[in-house]
Amino acid sequence: MSETPQELRYTDTHEWARIEPDGTVCVGISDFAQDALGDVVFIELPETGTEVDAGAEVAVIESVKAASDIYSPVSGEIVRVNDQLTDAPDLVNSEPYDGGWIFVVQPLSDDPNSDLLTAEQYQEFCETDSNEH
Amino acid sequence: MKTTLYEDHVRLNAQLVDFAGWQMPMRYGSTIDEHHAVRKHVGMFDVSHMLTVDFEGAQSELFLQKLLASDVSKLSNDGQALYTVMLNERGGIIDDLIVYRLHETSFRIVFNAGVATTDLEWVSAWQQTTAFSVSIKPRRDLSIIAVQGPKAIQTVNELLDCPQLRAVQPFTAIHHNEHFIGRTGYTGEDGVEIVCPNADAPKIWNQLLNAGVFPCGLGARDTLRLEAGMNLNGQDMTPDHTPYESALSWVLDLEPSRDFVGQTALEETYQQGIATKLTGIVLQGGVMRSGYEVQSNAGLGTITSGSFSPTLGYSIALARVPRASVGEVSVIIRNKQKTGRIVRPPFVRHGEKVHK
Repeated sequence: MSETPQELRYTDTHEWARIEPDGTVCVGISDFAQDALGDVVFIELPETGTEVDAGAEVAVIESVKAASDIYSPVSGEIVRVNDQLTDAPDLVNSEPYDGGWIFVVQPLSDDPNSDLLTAEQYQEFCETDSNEH
Repeated sequence: MKTTLYEDHVRLNAQLVDFAGWQMPMRYGSTIDEHHAVRKHVGMFDVSHMLTVDFEGAQSELFLQKLLASDVSKLSNDGQALYTVMLNERGGIIDDLIVYRLHETSFRIVFNAGVATTDLEWVSAWQQTTAFSVSIKPRRDLSIIAVQGPKAIQTVNELLDCPQLRAVQPFTAIHHNEHFIGRTGYTGEDGVEIVCPNADAPKIWNQLLNAGVFPCGLGARDTLRLEAGMNLNGQDMTPDHTPYESALSWVLDLEPSRDFVGQTALEETYQQGIATKLTGIVLQGGVMRSGYEVQSNAGLGTITSGSFSPTLGYSIALARVPRASVGEVSVIIRNKQKTGRIVRPPFVRHGEKVHK
């Protein structure tokens, strides 16, 4: 059973988002997503300073089997990326909610949470998603 | 469709995928762990979706001399096997396969799952055309378990009480009780493929599992064969490409008296000159995938198989490129040019890196 921390928000494309005390939004992929992808072997990170729209392709995760796009959950500017993933992409598998974070966005909106899923809603979404496959 | 081992895969929490209509395990846990198990210890694969076909009858050798690009009359002993291809009349590859001599008048071929129906229709049609005295028997009553890795022989020998296995040469098979055990595989490691009645497969699988043999899925099978520089049918080999364009001219036995299907077309193609070759590419900073464009010193080409090499820690691929291509190439990965380098496969031999 995959973990879905209560304090995070989620997207229907399997990213998680954490609102930091400074108002920025840290983004990674969920435990459910990393388990479905399998061994992550390469990550193409965005460049800091890039302006992104919510739902835009920002990064690419390559597993042994396939490439998957990572979308930004919120509109704003990329302010940090996790350079550690360049040498250790498997952190996305082993620590999806900690060392496996991918990028941080400075959001445009004051309430970046509004369109995102709660942990319960995301869990429900994943169950439906699994049953369809 | 499900193999006899389907329930065992489910019990092992396999991620199941559809492969040519078969529900097959992609991986049980981590593909990379499964890959390393085969390179360093021993792993096993359910390959029962592949189709075993027996050819029996006085003219079975003549028949296979007609249908296969290698000459089966060179298999002088029972149990001897060879790797070859079956071609269409244009010289294109229908399938690659291993053919075993069972007896003087019987042979066994294992066809790939994806083209098993095509293959069976092809050989049946040729049997009618040639009217050779041969019966063609598909053996869906048999399962195949591939046990691969440096510890494979020792493990199977102990479990199946089969000490004679040690003396069996590569590309040779023996009969042991109800089992047909060939020292063959498609991973680049030593190992065997155990062909057994369906009813025996779960018992053998679980014996191997209990002895510590790592169950491995199609994901690891793909990275292992790619590191070993072995072609995948449907990607690196197609009905539109001859063995010359698929790095398989070494299997051809072009003795003029043979007259096998595709031979005339092959000779004509060779006279006209071969424009492309299938070769290897290594690349860091991205993962090459089938279908990606390659720009070489001699023109454009295409990745036919690409993945990440767990042994090397970077991406490797097979690519069909203009024949004169050498050195550095650009591979287009999602609209970005990445620099790779042409190398001659294999990429890994006996668990070690081949190219510096």
